[in-house]
Amino acid sequence: MIVAERKSIPELLDMLPNDSKILVLGCGTCVTVCLAGGEREVSIISSALRIASKARGLGYEVSELTIERQCDNVFIEQAIEAIEKVDVVLSLGCGAGVQAIAERFLKKPVYAGLNTKFLGILEERGVWTEKCSQCGSCVLHEYGGICPVTRCAKHLLNGPCGGSREDRCEVRPDRPCAWQLIYHRLKNIGQLERLEKIEPPKQWSASLSGGPRVIIREDHRI
Amino acid sequence: MSSSDKETTIVAFCCIYCAYAAADLAGSMRLQYPSNVRIIRTPCTGRLEVEYFLRAFENGADGVLVAGCEEGSCHFKEGNLIAKRRVNYARKLLAESGLEAERLKMVNVSAAGARLFTGHVREMAETVQRLGPSPLNRAKTRVQQEIKP
Ligand code: SF4
Ligand code: SF4
Repeated sequence: MIVAERKSIPELLDMLPNDSKILVLGCGTCVTVCLAGGEREVSIISSALRIASKARGLGYEVSELTIERQCDNVFIEQAIEAIEKVDVVLSLGCGAGVQAIAERFLKKPVYAGLNTKFLGILEERGVWTEKCSQCGSCVLHEYGGICPVTRCAKHLLNGPCGGSREDRCEVRPDRPCAWQLIYHRLKNIGQLERLEKIEPPKQWSASLSGGPRVIIREDHRI
Repeated sequence: MSSSDKETTIVAFCCIYCAYAAADLAGSMRLQYPSNVRIIRTPCTGRLEVEYFLRAFENGADGVLVAGCEEGSCHFKEGNLIAKRRVNYARKLLAESGLEAERLKMVNVSAAGARLFTGHVREMAETVQRLGPSPLNRAKTRVQQEIKP
């Protein structure tokens, strides 16, 4: 899922115009699961904005709404009425959600209330970790299902770097060395011989480095 | 009770298994404590969500006490520990929003802790007195003062 984190209230206050009607718009999908922009967070952030507004005399009028998916037209339709009533939208969707709203409401300022961080998983309660950086040509099969592009701090495809200490990454000692994990995993599944192969340079043009990406499925077009 | 106590409100979320019973006992023991505290009985402090604390301030509280069981003796095992984390998060949000974090406080009181409970209420009343009414209520208080003879 997409993992995001809330911006601080002072950051939001900087962004939002005084004396305005604000819709705090949540999204019921990824950002709900990562506890950043679902119904509950909409309620909490709205409350904090109302407190800040009263305490500092900012003149906000805050309303709340959470739709199932902000990146999907079908669900955005459910927000039309609420969006039309306000001056600005503070979206608690991921970056894609914010842009989907902005693209459909041409004259409405739409602001991002979250920092969209990464594609990852819930590792344990309250801890999310990054797993995939959407490189566009997945090589997970070569590495026992552990992504060196994302989880090795040096993105080494022919690792390890040699700096790992006690299973920890030398760049980020708070994270395990991805290459240590790859080694153990390949050993467990009986594929250690994969490490003998030298992986050629990766095609980065399939990644964001090749410009913004688009997928077109002719079989689905109308 | 001081004059500023009359103008301020403290909301105390009290767990039914401990602090609420302690407040009851304080009454039976005829212990005096600030009368501007409004006690809200809760099934467990772990039932309280971050927005409950924020809403209390939005609705005019000048201070909020969250009173749960002593650590290790929660009726639901860890409700009070959950509450502690939520209170800490809410304090952070309050500070970011321009309210003093000390206006919200978690305390632990056993059902027998009547004196401890009244002490906590008094302490919160002192904090509120020192900080003055919540900035959310200041405008209101000014108006009230203006219309007073
Ligand atoms: S190899 Fe690329 S697509 Fe596959 S998990 Fe890693 S970053 Fe994601
Ligand atoms: S220690 Fe491991 S994870 Fe860190 S940079 Fe080196 S190989 Fe990559």
